[in-house]
Amino acid sequence: MRKEDLETVIGLEVHVELATKSKIFCSCSTEFGAPPNTHVCPICLGLPGVLPVLNKKALEYAVRAALALNCEIAPFSKFDRKNYFYPDLPKAYQISQYDQPLAYGGYVDIEVNGEKRRIRIKRVHLEEDAGKLLHAGDDIAGAATSLVDFNRSGVPLIEIVSEPDIRSPEEARLYLMKLKTILEYLGVSDCKMEEGSLRCDANLSVRPRGAKELGTKTEIKNMNSFRAVFKGLEYEERRQKEALAAGEEIVQETRHWDENRSVTVSMRGKEEAHDYRYFPDPDLVPLIIDRAWVEEIRRSLPELPDARRERFQREYGLPAYDAEVLTASRTLADFYDECVRLFPDPKAVSNFVMSEVLRLLNAEGKDIVDTPLTPQHLAKLLGLVKEGTISGKIAKDVFEEVFKTGRDPAEIVKERGLVQISDEGELARIVDEVLAANPAVVADYRGGKEKAFTFLVGQVMKATRGKANPALVNKLLKEKLS
Amino acid sequence: MKISMAEVEHVARLARLELTPEEKEKFTHQLNDILEFAAKLQAIDTEGVPPTSHVLNLKNVWREDEVHDWLTQEEALANAPAAADGCFQVPRIIEE
Ligand SMILES: [Zn+2]
Repeated sequence: MRKEDLETVIGLEVHVELATKSKIFCSCSTEFGAPPNTHVCPICLGLPGVLPVLNKKALEYAVRAALALNCEIAPFSKFDRKNYFYPDLPKAYQISQYDQPLAYGGYVDIEVNGEKRRIRIKRVHLEEDAGKLLHAGDDIAGAATSLVDFNRSGVPLIEIVSEPDIRSPEEARLYLMKLKTILEYLGVSDCKMEEGSLRCDANLSVRPRGAKELGTKTEIKNMNSFRAVFKGLEYEERRQKEALAAGEEIVQETRHWDENRSVTVSMRGKEEAHDYRYFPDPDLVPLIIDRAWVEEIRRSLPELPDARRERFQREYGLPAYDAEVLTASRTLADFYDECVRLFPDPKAVSNFVMSEVLRLLNAEGKDIVDTPLTPQHLAKLLGLVKEGTISGKIAKDVFEEVFKTGRDPAEIVKERGLVQISDEGELARIVDEVLAANPAVVADYRGGKEKAFTFLVGQVMKATRGKANPALVNKLLKEKLS
Repeated sequence: MKISMAEVEHVARLARLELTPEEKEKFTHQLNDILEFAAKLQAIDTEGVPPTSHVLNLKNVWREDEVHDWLTQEEALANAPAAADGCFQVPRIIEE
């Protein structure tokens, strides 16, 4: 079998921490980064004799996510115990959902090379997170213990399981990005991969192109960033294709992505633990979710990324690319919407946001809501350009200060004496000076060198420290040179 | 349905139980007795009876999303056989 004749089949299991205030089955805080074992109680420590009670908000968030992912909400669902031993799991079982998940049968659309691809979602279910193992003393010779922090134990999770519809590592990355954007729009999770609130495991197999049956799959774990998901799957895809091309067989197993060495490593030997002996949790009663409540949640869903992107194209006449960039995060899309409401020139706003605003946001690695910049600021600044008070170039300088300080653009312009020179008499005098100082360039221009004109414009700008009205400078130069 | 000694060993391993050969023998018999008894239930006609997943006739029990502190770190660790740096201390988990 040649490598070119093989196709890749990927399914993703994505775990998302829900942004509730308290844990899923107890009232401990879900705050991230607190000192170890300070958000714990008998329930999330797995002490005997306790009774878990479901957090209604966690259920609501899960329903919200499932609806946005086009799933059906199950008329009947229940919680089960997934049994295994690991020190981060104090009860020696995880409360999860097995054969009757909360929701099923959804999909997410992604765009791959300009083509729409639909990735079906098999199920969405609720479960509890485990604690965190700290391998303290990893580099201290002889360290014989691990440390456990149970602050994360019992934080609500949803697991989103895709069908094996993904055909490449790039599609996997795009699907994951889309999930993250949707969940952020919904406000059900902060989706920070670096803090572990979004985690992804993958199943990958290869098969002859066009075959109906799936090949033997491996499960890949420990991919902790979007880049790691892409790189890990790319590695595993290549490994399997090369193995099959060489006539070897794929072993069904769990493999661990090793970021430092950029390889996946077999975890064989831990396989036996995969006998989870699920059974219904007797401490938790079934969920029979009221249809009216589901419809109420459905009605409260915000405009989702796809719909918003289409509206930006339709309503504001933006190109597909601009609409895509501006709707990539809800906060940026909200900012843009508000700017256009205050300064109804969608293209001018989009140009400024896509260049200046995003440049500074990316440079500082910030979200727009974490800066002092408001839509009022930007609308005012663009207004100053439009009415000719400042030039577009000066606007960029003023913007940097507004971005940093949150000060009023008009005030900055006034204070720094940046008001554009639109006085024809004054500009004419400066143009005359520039022409007198550059006789050779003037001769070049008259001799047909178009570039000489740009140079002269530049000289006028320099003489006015960028404040000359560019249209007026052009007009005066043309008049005086003709 | 008959349970083999190999299955008893497997279940014991999953439960982290170390059994003597005599115990394995004994539990194989006992588990088979239990399964045999349970098998009698299979004879009951359950046509039209919806499957039960819970013995209580309750549904949708939940609470509001409110935070209440419970234990301090000291209290949480009070009964830990070993603790260090505010954490429970356990035998080293070897990661590959
Ligand atoms: Zn708790």
